[in-house]
Amino acid sequence: MNSAAFVIIAILTLAGALAAATLQKLMHAALSFAVTFVGIAAFFFLLGAEFVGLALIFIYIGAVAVLIVFTILLTRRDVEKDRGFNWSGVAIAIAVFGALTWSILKTQSLSIVAPHVPALTVKRIGEALMTSYVWPLQCIGLLLTAALIGALILVMEEKR
Amino acid sequence: MTPTLGLFLIVSAGLFSIGLLAALSRRHAIFILIGIEMMLAAANINFIAFWRFSPQPQQPLGVMIAIFSIAISAAEAAVGLAMVIAVYRHYRTTNVDQLDQLKG
Repeated sequence: MNSAAFVIIAILTLAGALAAATLQKLMHAALSFAVTFVGIAAFFFLLGAEFVGLALIFIYIGAVAVLIVFTILLTRRDVEKDRGFNWSGVAIAIAVFGALTWSILKTQSLSIVAPHVPALTVKRIGEALMTSYVWPLQCIGLLLTAALIGALILVMEEKR
Repeated sequence: MTPTLGLFLIVSAGLFSIGLLAALSRRHAIFILIGIEMMLAAANINFIAFWRFSPQPQQPLGVMIAIFSIAISAAEAAVGLAMVIAVYRHYRTTNVDQLDQLKG
């Protein structure tokens, strides 16, 4: 595991997230959201979970970011003015980050280095999904179907 | 020097806090959804990091949890954005401060 790669990916991810949280233009924020998820997928590659990283890129940048852009375009007449910014949220976020960082730094058992192991192949993931995780997989399929139908019903034009 | 587990957790805590900032301080409903997605992704980084640094990463347990969590958050994003569009149709706004009809 490379520390230079770690620093670059961390800066990219956090800068993208900060831009997505604070930019005033909606479309710029949606594009920064996509950059953030590129960084998160790079973290997954760095940690040896290549399948999850690819799935994250396909789902978030391919589907969710495009969905967000479509929603922004469909609600565009809602003009951006007099929005303001709630500064108490900043204080709460800083307090949460401080508490989490303090407790992580205080815990001695977290300063370990990753053990060397053979890479996790897609074949093993597929075998596990089809044997010991087959019930959760079916439940996820049911959930996704229900979410698809629910989203369609929510945006359907109402009959008058 | 290679990155330790604590560094990954600190980056993930930073991502979570930025998501919390977006969810708490923006008034636009789409931004709140973006913040929630970022917080879920930070949790996924934690799952993968704990799996990779565990003594036996041969069992793909953390990877499985991350895959299922990504699927659930994708469903949540689809329903959430559909709700934003439905609310916009009724009230002509996506500002969550103006959606106060249930306020006593």
